[in-house]
Amino acid sequence: MNTLLPLFTAIPICSAILILIIGKFDKKNFPRIWSLLTSLSLLFILAVIWDKGTIIHEMGGWKPPFGVVLVKDNLSQMMLLIVNVVAFLTIIYSYVYIIKFEDYLRFFTLFLFMLAGMNGVVLTGDLFNLFVFLEIASIASYALVGYGVDAEELEASFKYLILGALASVFILFGIGMIYSIAGSVNMADVAKFIVENNLGGNNALLMATGLFIVGFGLKAGLVPFHAWLPDAHSSAPAPISVMLSGVLIKVLGIYSLIRIFYSVIGITPVVSNIFITMGVISMLVGAFMGFGQDDMKRMFAFSSISQMGYIAVGIGIGTPLAIVGALFHLLNHAGFKSLLFFSSGAIQTSTGTRNLSELGGLRKKMPVTSATSVIGALSIAGVPPFNGFWSKLIIILAAFSAGYSWLGAILVFTAFLTLAYYLRFQKNVIFGEPTVRLKNVKEAPFMMIMPMVVFAVFCLLGGVFNGWIISNIIIPAQGIITNQLGYISSVLGI
Amino acid sequence: MKVQKQSGMTFIVKTITNLMIGFMLVFGAYVVLYGHITPGGGFPGGVMIALAYILVTLAYGRKVVESMVSGVMGSIADDIGALVILILGFIGLSVGGTFLFNFLPKGTPFDLFSAGYIIIYNLAIMLKVGMSLYIVFLALAILQRVVTAGDEAREEKE
Amino acid sequence: MTLYFLNFVLLIIGLYALVVKRHIVKKILGVAIMEYAVNLFLILLGFRKSGIAPILTEDMDLQTFIHTAVDPLPQALVLTSIVIGLGTLALMVAMAIRLYERYGTFDMDEINRLRG
Repeated sequence: MNTLLPLFTAIPICSAILILIIGKFDKKNFPRIWSLLTSLSLLFILAVIWDKGTIIHEMGGWKPPFGVVLVKDNLSQMMLLIVNVVAFLTIIYSYVYIIKFEDYLRFFTLFLFMLAGMNGVVLTGDLFNLFVFLEIASIASYALVGYGVDAEELEASFKYLILGALASVFILFGIGMIYSIAGSVNMADVAKFIVENNLGGNNALLMATGLFIVGFGLKAGLVPFHAWLPDAHSSAPAPISVMLSGVLIKVLGIYSLIRIFYSVIGITPVVSNIFITMGVISMLVGAFMGFGQDDMKRMFAFSSISQMGYIAVGIGIGTPLAIVGALFHLLNHAGFKSLLFFSSGAIQTSTGTRNLSELGGLRKKMPVTSATSVIGALSIAGVPPFNGFWSKLIIILAAFSAGYSWLGAILVFTAFLTLAYYLRFQKNVIFGEPTVRLKNVKEAPFMMIMPMVVFAVFCLLGGVFNGWIISNIIIPAQGIITNQLGYISSVLGI
Repeated sequence: MKVQKQSGMTFIVKTITNLMIGFMLVFGAYVVLYGHITPGGGFPGGVMIALAYILVTLAYGRKVVESMVSGVMGSIADDIGALVILILGFIGLSVGGTFLFNFLPKGTPFDLFSAGYIIIYNLAIMLKVGMSLYIVFLALAILQRVVTAGDEAREEKE
Repeated sequence: MTLYFLNFVLLIIGLYALVVKRHIVKKILGVAIMEYAVNLFLILLGFRKSGIAPILTEDMDLQTFIHTAVDPLPQALVLTSIVIGLGTLALMVAMAIRLYERYGTFDMDEINRLRG
């Protein structure tokens, strides 16, 4: 069973290189079909190792802390589910979308490298290995954002590159600080050292905390490190916007923060307050800036910043109910934000524009796209019975029951703001009367509609059957997060 | 007035390049092959081999170096290097139960053929890193005429 | 201690070049200097005064090796980090050339069509 773990990174990298070699002979069909088969095989392996407890794989036969260790526990399995399902549906979507670029061989190569990097970040149990996989995923995403080399895409990609390289430098600095304290870079070993010697307020540990918050906060898009996010998410091609906003900022940002601050360093009140503050500012900035946007994808990008703020507030509050709410909101956001970005890509392909002032009345011309994007907009605004309502409710209840009543009030206020600007989106794009230039608009192709329908069904069923999802997927993950000693003992075997 | 461009640099640079390339390639191969005994290994050796070809590009121009190692050949060598590493990993997975398990016999220390598969690993990394650097430099050399076209367009505008 | 302080000064110089300068190539050099500074920091962590290089030769026994050599683990980490920095720099330089082709300028203040 534990020999299946390295396949999550080895199979996508192997496929990417095979696509480069064999794609020289068959440029059109082989990359797409082979990527689809790769993603399908990863989902199959995930189904085999689902819910089998904590699995440890020691690379090369070296025991921890001498070697690199791969750990799959319940939190990793939830993140693996999100990453691989969204990647599979994105490959189906880009089967047809990618034809508008003439040379799409390297698109699938870079996409598979990004998938391998994200799987590696989720599965690793070693700090420096986390850094290496984070860099693989990040560099692939920098190149993918600027894939169609227009002027605006290059500018957005360059800004993202510079800020991302800055974040990586800070993260490596933080890893160096932790090595100087603990003498090892294995996560469980560092945690054991910190717990045994009771290094709560050590100065070097505080500096490492600050560096990690800056570095990973920049990758997650939390304010004040959000400057790259609106440009990059709006200028990228639609499948890449889905991957960036749906999984990349969650895996490289929020998951790494959870893993380092709950399982390795240990949560202190200072860190909790910093998370809550950054979360509140992100929610408000994202909501207010989302109002004045004309470009549909830029509005969705600001909404992503706002929802990341919700998750950061949930992580910061720290009670088990808040963590359950934050993880459920992470799962839901992957669902409805991917749906919204897919629909923006479909609208752009059919009508040629994505400005809200030029669109209108699409419910007659593109019925399936309109219906699914209405479902997505209602879910993210927090309208029952869709799934967004339940996750926001859990976070608000946790804020009130932990004693932060002003925080709960801000959360409710932001939920109303989100509802407001998504109603504006619906009024401008879907309802109303079609303008003259939109007379010959047709529905998007079938391969582009199918992932949207799948996500819309997930939004509906996730709202109705939320009890089943919470007890089978979320609560085991939350059990791992709040149990630092359990993590140490299951990895080191003591 | 158009200045006649000659390809590459002056005669002195070309002569010294002729003398230096052999040394650089041999030294790079030595650093790679003895990577498990002395400092070095795949990455520094690969960089030195790439630097030999980059020196030829600077001294002689792009066309000469493309006749020695063309872009397509470099790309294929790059992919072969990466595939060899992955194949070693998968063989280790099936033989020893963990990825990248060292499955060749280890021999006596300080010999050339000791330490298992590390020597094959170093050669694969040399191919990957060296050819990657070389191809990046070749691509930037092709983009050079994009920059000069942008310069000429801007001068005409002023 | 002065070594760590000078290393931090190098990091701040790289950060200054990245933030203040407007020319794209100067920003790229700022990122390169910052990466050098972090690699140097990792190697400094394993430094031991009057230590020898961590190479085991045939006539050395294990105890003298452990007690006199500098720490080899950060050196392995730095090797990987240098390769990663190389990849990032190559991508940045290629993107800078393409930006010049589209916008006609290397000045970052004029490359701001996306705003709001």
